[in-house]
Amino acid sequence: MPSRIKVANPNRCIGCYSCMLACSRTNADSVSLIDSAIDIRTSGGIESGLQIIVCRSCIDPPCARACPTGALTPRNGGGVVLKNELCDSCKVCADACLPRAIHFDREDMPVICIHCGTCARFCSHDVLEMIKTEVL
Amino acid sequence: MWSNVLYIDLETGEHKIRDRSDLFDKYIGGTGVATQLLLEECPPHTDPLSPEAPIIFSIGPLTPIFPCVSKAVAMFKSPQTGELGESYAGGRLAMAMRFAGYDSIVIKGRAPKPSYLSIHDEEVKCKDATSIWNVSSIEVIGKILRDVEPGKGRRSIMRIGEAGVKGVSYANVNVDTYRHFGRLGLGAVFGSKNLKAIVISGTEEVEIPDMDAYKNMYKKLYEAVVDTEVMNKYHDLGTAANINVLNQLKGLPTKNLKQSSFENAESLSGEYFADNLLLRKIACSNCPIGCIHIAMLKTPFHKGHEFEVNHISYDYELIYSLGTNLGITLAEDVLRLIDRCERYGLDVMSTGGVLAWATEAYERDLITPPDTLGIALRWGDTDNYLKIIDRIVKMPNKFYETLAKGTAAASAEYGGEDFAINLGRLEIAGYHTGPASIVGQLVGVRHSHLDNGGYSIDQKAASQQLTEEQMVDKLIYEDYGRNINNSLIACLFARGVYSEDNIVDALASVGINKTKDELATIGREIFLAKYRFKKQEGFDLGDVKVPARFFETVSQMGNIKKETIANMIQLYREKTGV
Repeated sequence: MPSRIKVANPNRCIGCYSCMLACSRTNADSVSLIDSAIDIRTSGGIESGLQIIVCRSCIDPPCARACPTGALTPRNGGGVVLKNELCDSCKVCADACLPRAIHFDREDMPVICIHCGTCARFCSHDVLEMIKTEVL
Repeated sequence: MWSNVLYIDLETGEHKIRDRSDLFDKYIGGTGVATQLLLEECPPHTDPLSPEAPIIFSIGPLTPIFPCVSKAVAMFKSPQTGELGESYAGGRLAMAMRFAGYDSIVIKGRAPKPSYLSIHDEEVKCKDATSIWNVSSIEVIGKILRDVEPGKGRRSIMRIGEAGVKGVSYANVNVDTYRHFGRLGLGAVFGSKNLKAIVISGTEEVEIPDMDAYKNMYKKLYEAVVDTEVMNKYHDLGTAANINVLNQLKGLPTKNLKQSSFENAESLSGEYFADNLLLRKIACSNCPIGCIHIAMLKTPFHKGHEFEVNHISYDYELIYSLGTNLGITLAEDVLRLIDRCERYGLDVMSTGGVLAWATEAYERDLITPPDTLGIALRWGDTDNYLKIIDRIVKMPNKFYETLAKGTAAASAEYGGEDFAINLGRLEIAGYHTGPASIVGQLVGVRHSHLDNGGYSIDQKAASQQLTEEQMVDKLIYEDYGRNINNSLIACLFARGVYSEDNIVDALASVGINKTKDELATIGREIFLAKYRFKKQEGFDLGDVKVPARFFETVSQMGNIKKETIANMIQLYREKTGV
């Protein structure tokens, strides 16, 4: 059964960025924030709380619908799969996603969550969870 | 990528980037490199508030590559002590510097107009800060800059408040609202340069030579941080847990160290704060612990349920210095005093020390109502302490101008040197644990309890019957060794995780090969380089004063003898050569 990442307890986040560093370390072989598919950020300074921006694993993903080249296709269990070679960095996918869960790396390629669960394994405060999903 | 130094001249607004692998290869990073840059950039006897005085920031080769490697160091000449200025801050600064691509930043000159620095990747600009120069609140300055600067979400914003602008010698630099470059007056150095703030962010990446080795090491250190007992204390009650502990041991400075325990300690304890006032805990970037304890203070200001709500970070040292040391009996009052210092950008530990000395000097009529402009200084009188804090910043007369220079300067002017609780001209941390704490703060390069953890050596000495020489050996071991942690720069709260072996392995996993012996030698060299700077500026360990009060008040190890301190300093000098 496929799994997906769930933001289970957003208000427990302490803003350590361990999840982001884990994502880029595992999926991009780099130490960076920009290569991470999950994005933790403040809005109005650390005194105003934290936003957790990550793929919400839509079953009928608007980013894939918007993609004009077929680079993004629905993933079994929610979310999307990226075919790098088809992407021309037009960025319409990013606009189609209301939570703004798609951003672009230094090579202007979209950073797409693959729901591997690494971020959840490196969250010390139970903000993130992996849950099983129905097979389509 | 381990050696980019950004040099900024505020006079012209110009900058350049130089590769300083010569320094990073030899001294690792962090304080090791910053010390060398300070020796290069600060000519002997430079006025710390002159354009020639440098401000140096540095991070290390493991920032933010491993967990809890979350600190940045600032080095400068201290306007408070007139010698080595060194301070550490967490928040997001270290990570922001790394991803902006700068290992060190050197700032010199004085901007012709009030200015702030805007640093985003390779874009470095000196911008006009006239419209925020007189905004006194640290929090408001942050809000204003967030709206006009890029890097939203993960940038770091350093700024000074009115204390820095006015040149209080213990003004701090606020980092990301809840962290600080405290102690020793970096805020005044900012103010003297017409520098109100620095905003920094970046999108760089760090490349690691051997990802598999790195990932394995990361996992090992991460698990040591989150899954073992090593860091529990910082996570649960935080450092405030020390209030009850030190009170029971008679090591808690109270009422200007007239006492070493406090009858009302329970109401200021870490347990009380956590149960009644703690709102949430947050973390520095790259630290899964999250030791920053934020309290919520709700104050009614009008009829009809009108409340002012303030979020205030607290720690042990703050509760001691503005709490027990002033005879304050309510935790909420401690928060009010902390909040006032935070708003102005005052170092809380020094402010508390100054208020405590002034209260006792007032009791003894060394200072009188004409000096204080009619405000009485009384233990536990929060409202009046708030008024005094306002006046330390505004400096309406000579008395307040003198208070703005610290207890050593104030007691030299008004008397009461026997109870001016400073070591090396710096107001002390909250430990009256025994001789190692006193000697540790005297000999420590920045006169901080964190230079060598003397308080912790006293605690070991109490249980293991250490000799004076054994205590000195332990101080020296820490004085040398912590320079390595501070070159990485790992948070000292994680020093149980960053053991000598783990440091060697962590460095090796990213391609930096140093043996334990090599690191020990480098630690000692960094220490000696710092003493070179201190001596150049006139510091003489053969001529340090310990106010009589330290010997009069019983400590955790009983009454401390003068001869013990003299003997330990003598031993320390013989063994280190300083």
